[in-house]
Amino acid sequence: MTLTAPGAVVADAGAKTRRQEPQAPGRRAARPSAGWLGVIPLLAFAAVVLGLPVAAMAAGSITTTNDAGGTVFTDANFAATFDGPYLESLMGSIRLSALTAFVATMVSLPLAYAIVTSRFRGLREAVLSASGVIANFGGVPLAFAFVSTLGNAGVLTGFFGLADKGWSLYTFWGLAIVYLYFLVPLMVLTLTPALDGLKPQWREAAQNNRATGFQYWRHVAFPILFPTLLSGFVLLFGSAFSAYATAAAMVGSSIPLVTVKIASALTGDVLVGQSNIALALGMDMIIVAALVIGIQLVLQRRTSRWLS
Amino acid sequence: MTAFTLDPRPASAGTAGATLEFRGLRRAFGATMALDGLNLTLNPGEMLALLGPSGCGKTTALRMVAGFETPDSGEVLLDGVDVTGTPAHRRDVGMVFQSYSLFPHLSVTDNVAFGMRMLGTPAARRRARAQELLELVGLPTQGGRYPRQLSGGQQQRVALARALALEPRVLLLDEPLSALDAKVRQSLREEIRRLQLELGITTLFVTHDQEEALSIADRVAVMRDGRLEQCATPEELYNSPATPFVAGFVGTMNRLPGRLSSDGALVDVLGLSRPVQGSLHGRDGTADVDVLVRPEALTVSAAPDGPAQLVAASFLGATTRLTLRLHGGREAVADVPTTHASTLPTGARIRLGLPERPVLIDQARNEETTA
Repeated sequence: MTLTAPGAVVADAGAKTRRQEPQAPGRRAARPSAGWLGVIPLLAFAAVVLGLPVAAMAAGSITTTNDAGGTVFTDANFAATFDGPYLESLMGSIRLSALTAFVATMVSLPLAYAIVTSRFRGLREAVLSASGVIANFGGVPLAFAFVSTLGNAGVLTGFFGLADKGWSLYTFWGLAIVYLYFLVPLMVLTLTPALDGLKPQWREAAQNNRATGFQYWRHVAFPILFPTLLSGFVLLFGSAFSAYATAAAMVGSSIPLVTVKIASALTGDVLVGQSNIALALGMDMIIVAALVIGIQLVLQRRTSRWLS
Repeated sequence: MTAFTLDPRPASAGTAGATLEFRGLRRAFGATMALDGLNLTLNPGEMLALLGPSGCGKTTALRMVAGFETPDSGEVLLDGVDVTGTPAHRRDVGMVFQSYSLFPHLSVTDNVAFGMRMLGTPAARRRARAQELLELVGLPTQGGRYPRQLSGGQQQRVALARALALEPRVLLLDEPLSALDAKVRQSLREEIRRLQLELGITTLFVTHDQEEALSIADRVAVMRDGRLEQCATPEELYNSPATPFVAGFVGTMNRLPGRLSSDGALVDVLGLSRPVQGSLHGRDGTADVDVLVRPEALTVSAAPDGPAQLVAASFLGATTRLTLRLHGGREAVADVPTTHASTLPTGARIRLGLPERPVLIDQARNEETTA
């Protein structure tokens, strides 16, 4: 038999018989759309580059090799990630990512607003172009740039005598500053179109209805921008949470971060045979990211009913 | 705390509105003079339309009342009090914007109640007041919807309700109908006028649509290049325009070739002699001028030796608009009863007539010719 459409079963060609279920009166038979066929290449690509690695990681995170060389299921890998230095690294990454994403969001809002409201079009274009470049400036080159300027022997450290004042780049806060360096421009790029969408007439309408400048931001601008701010925050959190090379090149394992810890576990820098724990840590990261996105979706649904 | 009572009253009462006065307002944007010494007074409860082409300064004047623009010099007075320096959020005026400008994240009720919320009115009271206003603008069941779920006309009604919510002394309407389609425009126009008369609120209505201005305003102020050309009732504006610009801007106006007498008192047009409207002092010698005549003021009759030729006729219902070619290639239009127009075939020679009354002339033609 060949399935042709919901509610219609057509017999094999040789049988010469046909049976069709009656349709409910006034109800048209739904026809399957062929439009979804267009996304097959994308789905296939995602399955190969995303689905397969995640599946392999998931499988590895719940298995281990026994003494006989066989593979057995275990929860020990996940249990290990919620204990000792692994848990510390996970929490360290969450703390650093949440903090930098929050600070970057707060700093970027007035910055992007200043850009949007600037009378100097050239300044706006220059800042946005620079933001585009800086937002993508990461990894070892970024680490090197900061080490050479604000490291122990950095140009600015020496010039301003920062070391004497207790400054050290190789701390949690030093790393946070480096992260902010690329997160702020990223948020500026995200917020600028949203701020462009704030109509000047809304401010005037608010003023005309007795709103002060603060009340306008509190009751009009901020609620309208909130969905974008929320999405931007999640983007920044994800960007910081998954960053590896900059932190690895700058602070190595002196600051507990989950991405650095995964690398150590995979390469066996500290202990051999920890690769399955590294995979479990990777699954922890996916779960954390999913939780953050889930919270964002719930909040966004609540705060942007007016968009739907 | 502000007390809110919706108190519809007949326009004749006229006590709710304030006197709004523009005194010598000037405002330049770079080299462009948006307002050039505007003097104008709105009486309590009056609806005045500011009419003029784009860039004539009408919106700038309105925004100065709202507090969104500051004049370079001059004053805006509300009931005799200078409010020129008063911040926008402290002025007792309500404004309806061209693009509605409803807050998209707030429901219709919350939009209407926004001003009350800013003033700290208790929630129950502002909700009741918002409902009262929504009923007034004909949207009693739409309070829970969001602006994007409403049509343009409905959104503008909400904007109107919002503007009236705080019982302002002056209502400002900045081309409120221009974004709407013709049918909705007309019905909302009537609605606005009805509300304005009911509430007796002084209203400044900015528009570039002469039909809109003439149909709903008590008086119409025509502006050009930041200056007031004429402020008069719609009838006076149409029938006795003070300047050639007003004559040309308001309604359709023919420009017929004429010759001014040496003393400037009479003009020869279409072979007829007519007195000139207004006085032309210090004139010496005759001059070629344009005589400004409304299409309905022209009379037409078939005549083999007539100076004009009928080139087209457009049926308008009870009247028909005839397009006539004059000597020298100029065209004129005449609105005549359709029953009469049907007797005139295209191509017919036509004799034109003018009523026995003073006519408005434009001397610019002569100046241009002799320049």
